[in-house]
Amino acid sequence: METTKEVVINAEPFVVNIGPVHPSTHGVFRMRTTLDGEVIVDMEPVFGYLHRGIEKLAEERTYTGCIPLTDRLDYLASMSNNLAYCLAVEKLAGIAVPERAEYLRVIMAELQRIASHLIAVGSFLNDCGAFVTPIMYMFREREKIVDLFDMVSGQRLTYNYVRVGGVSQDVPEEFIPALEKFLKEMPGWIDEYDQLLKENEILLARAKGVGVLPKELAINISASGPVLRASGVKWDIRKADPYSIYDRFEFDIPTGAAGDCYDRYRVRIEEMRQSLRILEQAMKDLPEGEVRSEVPHLIRPPVGEAYGHIEAPKGELGFYLVSDNSIAPYRFHVRAPTLINLTALSDMMRGWKVADLIIIFGSIDICLAEVDR
Amino acid sequence: MATAWLPPDWPGNFWAHWAIFAVISIVFVLLMFMVFVWVERRAMGIMQARLGPNRAGPFGILQPAADGLKVLLKEDIVPAKGDKVVHWLAPVVAVVPVLLIFAVVPFQGGALLVDLNIGILYIVAISSVTTVGVFMAGWASNNKYSLLGAMRQVASVVSYEIPVVLSIVGVILLAGSLSMQQIVMAQDIPFILLQPLGFLLFFIGALAEINRAPFDLMEADSEIVAGFHIEYSGMKFALFYLVEYGEALAISAIVTTLFLGGWRGPLLPPWLWFLVKVGIVFFVIVWIRTTVPRVRIDQLMALAWKFLFPLALLNLLITAVEILVWPAVSLWVMVPINIAVMIVLVLLWSRFFKLGWGKVEV
Repeated sequence: METTKEVVINAEPFVVNIGPVHPSTHGVFRMRTTLDGEVIVDMEPVFGYLHRGIEKLAEERTYTGCIPLTDRLDYLASMSNNLAYCLAVEKLAGIAVPERAEYLRVIMAELQRIASHLIAVGSFLNDCGAFVTPIMYMFREREKIVDLFDMVSGQRLTYNYVRVGGVSQDVPEEFIPALEKFLKEMPGWIDEYDQLLKENEILLARAKGVGVLPKELAINISASGPVLRASGVKWDIRKADPYSIYDRFEFDIPTGAAGDCYDRYRVRIEEMRQSLRILEQAMKDLPEGEVRSEVPHLIRPPVGEAYGHIEAPKGELGFYLVSDNSIAPYRFHVRAPTLINLTALSDMMRGWKVADLIIIFGSIDICLAEVDR
Repeated sequence: MATAWLPPDWPGNFWAHWAIFAVISIVFVLLMFMVFVWVERRAMGIMQARLGPNRAGPFGILQPAADGLKVLLKEDIVPAKGDKVVHWLAPVVAVVPVLLIFAVVPFQGGALLVDLNIGILYIVAISSVTTVGVFMAGWASNNKYSLLGAMRQVASVVSYEIPVVLSIVGVILLAGSLSMQQIVMAQDIPFILLQPLGFLLFFIGALAEINRAPFDLMEADSEIVAGFHIEYSGMKFALFYLVEYGEALAISAIVTTLFLGGWRGPLLPPWLWFLVKVGIVFFVIVWIRTTVPRVRIDQLMALAWKFLFPLALLNLLITAVEILVWPAVSLWVMVPINIAVMIVLVLLWSRFFKLGWGKVEV
């Protein structure tokens, strides 16, 4: 007589390393995921592959000499990094900035925000599987911004343009007409992106409700930037603690409601529109005059500490500087927005599938050079 | 009788016909493979605001040849802990069915390797074998990414295969034959007009079958990098590449034969009509690839089971009723009716259809 045998299927979760070399990790980031089939049981981020010791390097350099180092933090938003650092030094040393330089800084920072969001949205859509098309379209427009930066600084990636006490040089004649042309064309391009993908059924199915970051969690991990605003928190340093001359401009803070991937994508698109508004106002009011105040070559700020922070494209970028009255900062600390935004990653991912992991990660928009420093 | 095993028309031109068309089919596949690779890369380049390959030869037309040469010279790597025999066998198992499909595809009237009276059934059967090759590749590579890709393929094949087959049945009812040749002969009006819903369902299912966007889950380059063929290099990789484009070519040819009237058309020679139609269908596939994002595996299965499958059943029912009730009505009258039926059904069903968000409690 046959007896029924009990068959035990040994289906235990298995570990998959996604990264450090993977097309969708936007750099060298490793996600040590525990998968149950396709479902993510656990995810542990591993980073540090791109650590260059920038904070320590800065302690050996003059205050001006640190600016190129900040270029190399979030290389997709060098202008913003320069600006945040210079604000911190100016606070520390009590240096005033000429009016025209303030406007130029705002123009550069907002152009940089558009450029960075273009990459963020493009690569997010690429992660969703819209094969290369959106990112190529968005690179096309970023190219125009990079051309503008090329005009003013001679560089296309690491600009080193904003300096302590102003900016390195005045803009050339052809800059303003080129900027006008860009401002006229850009809204049409943003509309084009929306026409192509905003209501796309597959994108809605993939991104809506996926990777929700609840409001409370977002505040608790001190998330910032589009990630925080997509969760419905109306927090923007430009309004909350206006630096430079942001209190003179009119703009709205776009927020999301659900805090899912789709909201993060929409918030970035809307922020581009708001940046264009700021740019138009700044270009209209741009005064004549000096672009750099008299600053000694070697700055020796008085003993003390200062924290300068801005609303960088990816969140609150802060530089904490301690001075011991020497020519180099005694301590140079970067509050990297993307590192802090990453901390909620495993909470957002648990229970979703591998395909969602990629787009949740992509929707946070990180730059590994800034995470690892 | 001693010669009972010989074909009935022996010593007619059976063997000559067989030899010629075997060569034609294989050359056709290989040639169109290269043309399609070029077309896809150029067309995608233009659609994506870039240039595409333009170095090798005028307009880069020699790019596929250059790629082929490069692939031939590449080292063939087998993973150390992989299953070597299965790893070697997998591309073969995947590529042979693709070539076999073209045995029954009519290039023009009578110009096909063999006019099987079960032609389309043969295609449905043989095209599923590729999945086995893909699964073998994913399993033998001893790589977690490729295993994920292979698992996705197996999970999706059971979903899309049924609506694909059911949507073909409508065509078979209209044509009254399973033979590819007879199906084309029956199309005084291209069946896409009489079977618009069937065409839609078949095309969506076919995109899943050939792993093209938006259903390219099993290779999903932004997720599992290259899926099942991540551990393949050299000529074995080229074979999988051939499978991918060969399947796209096969689906284009099948869509042409079943729904677009095959080789039939005015003015141009029949074989040219066939090529033109195949090219158009392939272009649409490329167009879709550049346009839409990728669906998730559970969404693909939900789509196949909850959307395509019921609609395919309804389509079959409606077609059967039409044929039974109005056999004598002019076909042209049925065209607007069928298109209206398709629009109503698709709109209605998409209101009931919910994908769900797919989060699992862990």
